[in-house]
This record gives sequence, C-alpha cells and structure tokens, in this order.
Amino acid sequence: MMSTDKQIKPKLFGLTVSPPTQRRWMKFRQNRRAFYSLWVFLILFVLSLFSELVANERPLLIKSDDGFFFPIMKSYSEESFGGDFPTEADYKDPYVQELIEERNGWFIWPPIRYNYTTISNDMEGEAPAAPSRHHWLGTDDQARDVLARILYGFRISVLFALILTVLSSVVGIVSGAMQGYFGGLLDMIAQRVIEIWTSMPQIYLLIILSSVIVPGFWTLLLLLFFFSWVALVSVVRAECLRVRNMDYVKAAKALGLSNLAIIRRHVLPNALVAAITFLPFIMASSVTALTALDFLGFGLPPSAPSLGELLQQGNNNRHALWLGLSGFVIIGLLLSLLVFIGEGVRDAFDPRKAAVE
Amino acid sequence: MTGKPFLTVTDLSIDFTVGSRVTNAVKGISFDLSRGETLAIVGESGSGKSVSALSLMQLLPYPTASHGPKSSISFKGEELIGAIDRRLREIRGNEIGMIFQEPQSSLNPLHRVSKQINEVLIVHKGLTQAAANRRTLELMNLVGIRDPEQKLNSFPHELSGGQRQRVMIAMALANEPELLIADEPTTALDVTIQAQILELIQDLQKRLNMGMIFISHDLGVVRHIADRVIVMKDGEVVEEGTNQQIFENPKHPYTIELINADPSGEPNKPDPNAPVIVETEDLKVHFPIRSSFLRRTIGYVKAVDGISLQIKASQTVGVVGESGSGKTTLGLGLLKLVKSQGPIVFMGKAIDGLNSKELRPYRAEMQLVFQDPFGSLSPRLTVGEIIGEGLELHQPNLSEEEREDRIVRALEEVDLDPEFRHRFPHEFSGGQRQRVSVARAMVLEPAFLVLDEPTSALDRSVQSQLVDLLRDLQNRRQTAFLFISHDLRTVRALADEIIVMRQGKVVEQGSADQIFDAPEEAYTQSLIAAAFDLVVKNKEVIAD
Repeated sequence: MMSTDKQIKPKLFGLTVSPPTQRRWMKFRQNRRAFYSLWVFLILFVLSLFSELVANERPLLIKSDDGFFFPIMKSYSEESFGGDFPTEADYKDPYVQELIEERNGWFIWPPIRYNYTTISNDMEGEAPAAPSRHHWLGTDDQARDVLARILYGFRISVLFALILTVLSSVVGIVSGAMQGYFGGLLDMIAQRVIEIWTSMPQIYLLIILSSVIVPGFWTLLLLLFFFSWVALVSVVRAECLRVRNMDYVKAAKALGLSNLAIIRRHVLPNALVAAITFLPFIMASSVTALTALDFLGFGLPPSAPSLGELLQQGNNNRHALWLGLSGFVIIGLLLSLLVFIGEGVRDAFDPRKAAVE
Repeated sequence: MTGKPFLTVTDLSIDFTVGSRVTNAVKGISFDLSRGETLAIVGESGSGKSVSALSLMQLLPYPTASHGPKSSISFKGEELIGAIDRRLREIRGNEIGMIFQEPQSSLNPLHRVSKQINEVLIVHKGLTQAAANRRTLELMNLVGIRDPEQKLNSFPHELSGGQRQRVMIAMALANEPELLIADEPTTALDVTIQAQILELIQDLQKRLNMGMIFISHDLGVVRHIADRVIVMKDGEVVEEGTNQQIFENPKHPYTIELINADPSGEPNKPDPNAPVIVETEDLKVHFPIRSSFLRRTIGYVKAVDGISLQIKASQTVGVVGESGSGKTTLGLGLLKLVKSQGPIVFMGKAIDGLNSKELRPYRAEMQLVFQDPFGSLSPRLTVGEIIGEGLELHQPNLSEEEREDRIVRALEEVDLDPEFRHRFPHEFSGGQRQRVSVARAMVLEPAFLVLDEPTSALDRSVQSQLVDLLRDLQNRRQTAFLFISHDLRTVRALADEIIVMRQGKVVEQGSADQIFDAPEEAYTQSLIAAAFDLVVKNKEVIAD
C-alpha cells in the first residue's frame, strides 16, 4: 500500500477511466452473452445507419462516357443520360439502363436494389409476394421489399428509442436529483404529481392524442416522452435521498460549495450508477412502445418503414407467413439483445457480484 | 480455579473463497476454555477475532467460508465442524449463547421485547406461553432492567442503547447456556453504560458458572474482565497467557504496542495573550417538533441549550458527553451548518446573522472533520480531487501546478505518500482515510477546525497516531480546535479546556486538569470513573 511507484491510470479505448469503471467493464466482458449481444447490436445498428448504401433503388455509382455519376448523393435528370424527360431518371427502367450502357457505361448497385418505398415490378405473383431471388424476404401487400423495410425500420426504431431514452433520462435524472436532494415540500408536491401522472391510462391517451395531431417521428417522440420521463425519477430520487445525508455532502457544505455544485460533483455521480443500469431496459420499452402504436395504426405515417406496421401486415395477411415471421424475428432479436446487454450492465454495476480476475 | 476444559479448539483455520481469490482470515489457532472462565480474544480490526467466534457456532457463510482439514472445535466432547444442521440449531441459543456488538440491529424492530425473549424459550425449552412469560420477567429482573413489566411490552426502538443490550443479554442467557460468546458487547455503548454492562456480565457469569469468550479491541475492558487473554494479529495468535502475564509482562512486541497504544502526550498550552478565534455566548440550537397533521410547531428539541465558549489560537477545547448530549450539534451550530441562535464572533466578526452566500468567504477559515472515515469521502473522486476541491473554490486564481503543489504538501503534512492523490478512497484503510479528511480540512489553512469524533471509528494504535498528528499540526499552524469526543482518554491527550455536556446543557466547564483531577459534579465524576477505571459510580445520576 505504501508503494511509491507512479500510479498507472487504467485506460479504456484510450480514455482514462476510474478503477471502478474499469472493474465494471471487466465484469461486463466476462458476461459473454451480454458482451456478444453488445457487438451484434452495434454491428446491426451501424449497418442500419448506412441503409442507403445497402438497400436503395438507385445505383451507388454510374460510369459512362460522360464521366462518373453518384445517384445516391445527387439526383440526375433522365436528360443527362440522353433520355427524354427533365424529371429524375428511374434507374430500374430498362430504357434508362440501355441508354447508359450505350455509352459504355456500367453500374454499381447496392446489395438490395429497393429502398423502403420502392414498389417492385420483380415480384413473382401478386403482392404480398413470397421470398424470391429478387426479394429475399418477400414483399408486403404494397409490393415493397420486406428486407429493405426491416433495415430502415430497425434504424428508425433504434434511433427513436435512443433519443427517447436520452431525453427521458436527462429529465428524469434532473427531476429525481432535485427532489431527492432538496426534499421537503418540493419533493412532496412532485411525488404527488408523478403519482397522478403515472396512473393515467397512457395508451388510450396516446391513441386519442395521435388521432388529433398528425403523428410524425418528432410528435410521437414528444408524446411518448410525456409518459416515459418518470421511469428514472424514483431510482435517482431514492439514491439522492441516501447520498445527501452522507458526511461528504456535509463536508462539501462546510467548504462552502453551492447546492448545484454539490449535486453535480457529489450527489449525481453516485445516483447515476443506479440510473445507468436501467437505460437498456428503458430503451427496450421505448422500442416496444413505438412498435405497439405502429401496430395499432396510430404511429408513424403509413409510408414510413416501421416494424410495428410490418407486424400489422403480418396480421392482416396471415397466409403470407414471411411478413409476420420476419417482423417477429427482428423485433424479438432487437429486444433480446437490449435485455441481454441490460442484464450485463446491471450485473457489472452490482457491487455484490465480484469480478473474477 | 477451573476444571477440565469443555471447549477445545485445535488448529482452527478459516478461508474465504471469492471467485478464485482465497483469503486466509484465520490461520490455525488453538485454545481451550473451562467453566467459569473468561477468555478474551483481542486484536485490531481485521485480525480474525470475530470470525473465529462466529465459527464456534458455525454461523459463517458456508461454503464461501471453509475450515482447514485439521481444524477441530470440540464442545463437551462433540465435534462442531461438520455437525448436522439440526444439532447445531439445538446448540445455538441453548448451550451456546451469543451477544453481539450492535444491539440496535440485532433485535427485530417489529416485535415486542417479550416476544423476542419468549421465542428463545419456546423454541428450545418447549415452554408454554404462560411459563415463557414468567421466565422472561425473571430474566428481565436478572439483567437489571427497571420497570420490567412495562418494558416487556416495548418495541426495541423505545429502549435506550443500554437497555437494548440488557435485552440481548437476557436473550442470550434465557436458556442458561454453558458457553457465552460476547462479541464487542460494549463497543457501541457510552462509557457509563459500558461500565454497567460489564459489571452485569461479570456478575451473571459468576452466578451461572458459564465459560465466556469475550472479544474486544479495547484492552482496558479486557484487563478488567478476562482471566486469560489471546492476542491475535492477521489471523494468528501472537501471544497467549493469563491476564497478569499479558498486562504486566507482555513478551511479543505487538502486545506491547497494543498495551501502550493509548493516546498519550500533553495538550498544547496556548499563549494567554493569543488572539481569540471563536467566541459564542448562550448558543442555542432548537429543532422544532411539528404536529404530523397541520405541521404546527408543538415544541422544541433543545439539542444545544445555552453554551458559551471561547477558543484561542492553538487552543483545543474538548467537548465530552454521551450520545445524544448535543455535542455534534454544537459543532455544526458554531459553523452555522445548522440554524443556531446566539452571537458567534469569528476572528473578530459577527457571523451569526449571515446567510449562506455571505458565509462562503469564511468557510475556508473554518473546517470540519467527521467521525466516519468511510462516509466522509466522496467515493467517485480521487484523493487529489477531494483535497483540491476547496482550493478550487476559495483560491480560484491558483494555477494547476500551484494547486497540485498544495495538495502534495497537504498530503505530506498528514504523513501520507503524495502519490496517493491519484487513488480513490476505497483503496485506503480507515486511518489513512481519516488523514485524507484532515488534509482536506487543513489544505485551506483554516483558523478553526471542528473535529467531530475523528478517532472513534479507528483502532487504538491508529487513534494515538492521529492524536499526535493533530497536536503537531496545531503547533505548526496555531489552529483553534473544537474536539468533540465521547472518549475521555483521547480528549485528555489533546484538550486544554473541557466542556462536559449533557442533554444540551453544560454540566461542568473548566481547564482539563481541573476536570480530570478534581471533578466537582457527580455526573462528571461518574463519567471519569467509568472511562478510566470501568467502575460504576454515582449510579443515581446516570441513565441506563
């Protein structure tokens, strides 16, 4: 203990972290299921962030005598390839493809040649069409490629959940910290308000509200946020109530620190540990909330790629098994990954479970 | 004096296995005990004394804990290690009784006292409810609880600490065990109560002819009560012998160190012309009691009720008193960390009317050190950040290097390695943490420091080091100390003037020599007798 050698600070991805953080990371890594879930989730998420490069009705690159074209970045008129119309070129049209090939051109296509709105002509049979060479997971009842919609839908679900989680955590943590630290009348009133607020039937209110307001990504986010911010309040509040009586908070007062500085430096860091363990679970429930609204038809607009809408189609077209099945598999996978990660995080932060070093 | 041993412990070793890490808590100790004999196990925290005692009743968390292959605990010829659960349950509470350190957490808060004692009798002796009630009343009389009929129907929180410990003893003795294990039974109690409880335990042991294993870190208590003593360190027995051998002729250097560990030295004598740092007259801290419904104030808890004091530079004023006497509140009231009424003059300026913002500039000059070395340091900040926090606030124009330099010097001043500033509090022992607390307070070079029981959570030898350090710091910096403690030995080594407090009021106030050598008040006399000689004196003035 009395060694005089220079203390080596632990590093994580090049960042200096505190020893407890490093110990938690070690513990998280030892939970193989959670660790792999995190990687699978990150790979899927990053892949979906670049959906435009994976599933698109426009080629990634066109080379012809006229030079290079990047239809993904920029829209070109049919005229620029020597066609008839000043409108944007439809690259799936054999006529346009011929025009380009005449000028010694070639294309680089994304692996999936449809985006989430493309109405396909390559189906075998009527929509919804079964999986085929062109549509690996078939099409939905409006002849749109299911795989492309899943890819875009995954992105919208995760982004939605991520923003919702961050927003509601920030508000929940701030409000919990205020209540816990100051206590007294503020706490009493805020607690009663939250009790009344949480006892309202959320789903009916959401249905009523979304039939009044035209739902979009941001309006839905706002609506769900109204109810989800309370999730963290009780955890953070309880933790702050405990911490505010600790001697080190008294010591900080004796130093003359202001209340805000005490909350920021001494109270919140301790309360955050409890809050962080909840984040993956809050995210999972945000995904579910959005999916449920979409399924009921009160969610995102009809053209938007949404996993809930896919489930709804599966329900409406029970003979088209691929719709319901692929919707189920992707939502099941996403929720399982989040819950596995959450379990890993929870165990890693649990001081009673020691890491095996 | 004693017959054949009825408890023989041979080569007892205890290992704790967590993951792949094995901790050897106890490394092969042996002892025996006869009826009517008291064996004391002494050692500092972490020496393995409590685990050894728990293993006698096989109360350790098996299989995390395990015994070595040669370990044996033979009780009346019966091997207890590996005994079946049913047999062990018969023994626990029936043939072997146990008293724990913390009477508050060892009693179930939801059951009346009578029910908890009855339960022991009904389970082990198969008594009927009526017979158990009669026996419980008998026991309450035996352990000397006043108004036993009324106290029987109380809940634990309605009793005082001493009364709760008496109830614990009644439970342990309910079935007249042959062996009594007392694990620090008086550590959580005030000194006057401690003297009473020790007297009671000794008396009962003689009457019931029990063998007793008495675990303590306090050698004063052990000397008073034990026939034989085992000194433990790091899971091993370093010395064993009769009371006389150990205390009058200790052989092992560690034993000698323990015996001489009492805080020693003379308090600093302030210059009579030294400037007055803090002065207050008739200071009061009253907490309102509100009715639960309309929150009207229906009365006051007078935590501090009219205290006057004056502390000069390099002077230490000691505040002694039992728990609940208001001594901590007095410290907080002086620093205006709780609302107090009465004039407070700090370095020539009246600060009693200032609000928290106006007080901020004075905060650097008056600092505070707490009792609990584990609760007083923020667990997520490094030691350097903890010490530097005050500097950042009060001397914001210091450069990064200057601040670092001040932190290093503060750590050196409390005899800690400056490299410790990169570490986190959980890596340190209690004594080291307490030094960090002192460094945090002293880095601002305050004129006035309130020390709220800074030594009471520490082992004796660490206590005396800390007392020496504080005295030294005071000499160098001319700081005025308000030293709050229930431990009269420590106060004697540090304080030049003493205030004896009881229920918010001053019982006696004067120079240290006068208070310790010729106390006038009966209460002070009994406090000093209990602390230094462990005897009960002036019984009518002390609570139970």
